[in-house]
Amino acid sequence: MPTVYVNDKPVEIGTRKLNCVQAADLAGVFVPHYCWHEALTVVASCRMCLVEVGELKDGKLTMQPKVVPGCQTPVKDGTVVVTGEYAKRHPALPALPYDPGYTKGGQPGERAKKAQADTLEGLLINHPLDCPVCDKAGECKLQDFSFKYGRSESRMVDAKNTPPNKPHLSSKITLFTDRCIMCTRCVRFTREVSGTSELMVTNRGHHEEIDVFPGRPLENKLAGNVVELCPVGALGSKDFLYKQRVWYLKTTDGVCSRCATGCSTAVDHNKDIVYRVNARPNPEAQGHFICDDGRYGYHFANSTERITRPLLRADGATRPAPWSAVTPRLREAFDRAAAENPAGVVAVLSPFLTVEEAFLYATYFKGLSADVRLALGPVPVVGQDDTYPKDVRGNPVEPVRFTIRAEKCPNRRGVEAVLRHFQKDIVPFDAAAREGVAAMWFAGGYPDRDAVGADTGTDWKTPGLLVAQDLFPTVVTAAAGFVLPATSAFEKDGTFVNHAGLAQTFPRAVRPPVEVRTELQLAYDLLGRRGLVQAGAVRAELARAVPAFAGLAAADRPATGVRFALEMA
Amino acid sequence: MPYEPVLLARVGKPDSHRLEGYRADGGYAAFERALKEKQPADVVTQVKDSGLRGRGGAGFPTGLKWTFLPKDHPGPVYLCVNADESEPCTYNNRILMEKDPHQVLEGILLACYAIKARTAFYYVRYEYGDAYRNCQAAVDELYAAGLLGKNILNSGFDLDVVMHRGAGAYICGEETGLIESLEGKRAWPRIKPPFPAVEGAFRKPTIVNNVETLACVTQIMRRGNDWFKSLGVPPDPKNPRDAGSYGPKLYTLAGHVEKPVCVELPMGVTIRDLVETHGGGVWKGRKAKAVNPGGLSMGFVDCNAKLKDSDLTEYDIPLDFNGPGRVQCLGLGTAAVTVIDDQTSMVDVLHNVCQFFSHESCGQCTPCREGTGWMLKIVDRMRRGLGRKEDLDILVDVADRIGIMPGTTICGLADGAGWPVKTAVRKFRGEFEAAIRAGTRSRYAKGLEVVGAH
Repeated sequence: MPTVYVNDKPVEIGTRKLNCVQAADLAGVFVPHYCWHEALTVVASCRMCLVEVGELKDGKLTMQPKVVPGCQTPVKDGTVVVTGEYAKRHPALPALPYDPGYTKGGQPGERAKKAQADTLEGLLINHPLDCPVCDKAGECKLQDFSFKYGRSESRMVDAKNTPPNKPHLSSKITLFTDRCIMCTRCVRFTREVSGTSELMVTNRGHHEEIDVFPGRPLENKLAGNVVELCPVGALGSKDFLYKQRVWYLKTTDGVCSRCATGCSTAVDHNKDIVYRVNARPNPEAQGHFICDDGRYGYHFANSTERITRPLLRADGATRPAPWSAVTPRLREAFDRAAAENPAGVVAVLSPFLTVEEAFLYATYFKGLSADVRLALGPVPVVGQDDTYPKDVRGNPVEPVRFTIRAEKCPNRRGVEAVLRHFQKDIVPFDAAAREGVAAMWFAGGYPDRDAVGADTGTDWKTPGLLVAQDLFPTVVTAAAGFVLPATSAFEKDGTFVNHAGLAQTFPRAVRPPVEVRTELQLAYDLLGRRGLVQAGAVRAELARAVPAFAGLAAADRPATGVRFALEMA
Repeated sequence: MPYEPVLLARVGKPDSHRLEGYRADGGYAAFERALKEKQPADVVTQVKDSGLRGRGGAGFPTGLKWTFLPKDHPGPVYLCVNADESEPCTYNNRILMEKDPHQVLEGILLACYAIKARTAFYYVRYEYGDAYRNCQAAVDELYAAGLLGKNILNSGFDLDVVMHRGAGAYICGEETGLIESLEGKRAWPRIKPPFPAVEGAFRKPTIVNNVETLACVTQIMRRGNDWFKSLGVPPDPKNPRDAGSYGPKLYTLAGHVEKPVCVELPMGVTIRDLVETHGGGVWKGRKAKAVNPGGLSMGFVDCNAKLKDSDLTEYDIPLDFNGPGRVQCLGLGTAAVTVIDDQTSMVDVLHNVCQFFSHESCGQCTPCREGTGWMLKIVDRMRRGLGRKEDLDILVDVADRIGIMPGTTICGLADGAGWPVKTAVRKFRGEFEAAIRAGTRSRYAKGLEVVGAH
């Protein structure tokens, strides 16, 4: 097996093509870097990942007499990598036979360590050091690396360059030009991933700046990623700017609910308010990035227009009612409806529900009577799948690196799979809506209220008994006798199955508004089970009951998600 | 016996840049002979055996570079002619391009034949308007005469020469910066490997050669290797890595000399000989204090510093590929000798140097981008009489650590920016310290720039 030595520790790299940074990572050694990013081309210009390399061949170790950028240097069998943190290696490791002429009386790694400290000193020469008012402070790589690898004092006493800020860069993004360290990640992103090439480098030397071409602002559906790629506080998201100090934020893994791609996200929240959604790299789902629809599409969860408590309609007006009164009435009403005309009872399960929620609801309704019908809620589709990169004229270019799907819901496939387990054919929602059923439970949860209206159409016949559970008032809630609040994807614990059949389980990030009961809890209550619902227990029950979801039972599921059997009937 | 110029033989003749004149002097005979009698590999071998080393600055053996091309590559293979001569005080390529463009073009034809290139890109710096126009006219003449285009002289050899005018950036003289610029991009040097010979312009194997190198190719093919090796300095037997410094070299003289000229001499002339004999001595009867032996990037020699174990001073070092290195200079560079007289302040000289490199740093790698700017700020403050004694140590430290040699940058610009700074501070430390102590403001110092405007 090809073996690479990182700070004397042997690691087997197998057949993978790795650079020194990646090989060091395998050995548990972090090599700091700015310009290098796994999903972008290598430019090796920030010079933060400098390491010393050599080759161990037939017991003889030859080290190169200079430092090399780790990101650009591939490793192969026998490569020896010495990082600036050589001194912190495990003391039990036997040292390799370093030539005294190479170390010159010092330790291996000292050269890399000094070079990295020198690079940091250079980066800070024209950096304003305005951390107290910088939004990035707390998660800034320049702060972190300066603290860990830098020197505490700068020898620079002259005036710093102070280029003007560029808030005109984009409607959603601003540039604090003086904070920029010219890693060019953002420029490469717009050239390689979005393909739209809005960003460029202008001027030379220490007067270099990131800029856009006149009249061509940074406006594309992936633009928000450049803020996340920026290792320092130069590119700021206007959406997040000055909203929260990042050290107050707690991060929870999430799955984006805004389209069928099902991007893995990192949800940043504080005191039950979502402040920011970032990409969580997941090669199985979407790769490294997310689109702006998902990134800025969390505001609905914080909206003041949400339905936040159960409402009962009497004499044309709705009135709040406590859950203790509502739940028994719901059970009673549906028991009666199912007894009178089971085929006239329809439960509409939207593609925004998790598979656990859909499973519990389906269990409840099919428990009332086998003749109760289950329908799939409206599936919002907007335009065509939007693929990136684009060329300068906006035409898609192969190979595709990112797709924003036309299907704007996270879990159609998961809900369909649950429904198929309970009944052979899925009733489409619009058919049920026109038919004039006796009783309907509409479990919605649509972040975009128009999505429901589009499918109900004008010939929607209001059922005699209508329970509408949604985030916002819609045409359905307007007709409903029971209006129940729903939860957003940030407020649930559950599993979504994306367009490609990848099942991703995510925990709850924030608590819903106080009087909101999650769909899962409500279905649990309707089933007459006692106490608080545990999503994990429901998941285990689902995995036992539905063979297609058996993969969800494993305790050691990969963080990237589980592939869902595509050939599922 | 005075040396009879070869490369510059036709300079000064009437219409020296025209094809008839060049043909009358035996031009293109070597190319025609090579086309008829020699295989491309023979040309490569002859150039390799001649010991010709690149005249652009680094002194890499030309023939060896040609052999780095992948064998049996389906093509296309490109030749890039580096005429982005931007090293301060260097103008030898300019004279060749303006006065004898056909000599260079014959070298291009020979080189392309040797490396099997069907297209050559002639990258001329923007500032060389006359050179560009003369070369373009010469290329047009060659097309008209059937020496360029399809099936040249019925040999089946096709060649196009594309003239390309740069936009005025020093970094375009770095071979991969040149290639990027040629491709229409920002001239940010590429990371190597892959070297251009493997993957260069438009991702195809590319050889980048200097103008003077190609003129030498012409002369080698015309006069033979024995002539070429009869000039210059053979390799140092004690140094197995020395490839020798054969052939004629165009030296340009600038700065404080009586006659700033371009002279052709066999390699290995001493600085003293060059300045005193060919340049008419230091101007105004003054003495030389420092000399820049080969373009600004090479650093300075201290004309009064004694060499070890001899009465000679650094002023007496030979200008071959090894000479300047013996006195801590970077190398021969472009052999552009700049003389600084004894009444010039080294602080002002250094300011000029730092200004240049800070302006020309492409800004890709952090150490160079920030280092060159920082050094300029320090020297600028020093020049205004506000220097501190620790500034000298900072300058040397920064200059020592930036560059491709310590491994902290992609290209050699930073080495070239650091070398003059560290050689000046190390060799003239007393003068710098005195200037800092006195705190006098240089009479060339301008007011501070308005902060924020640039």
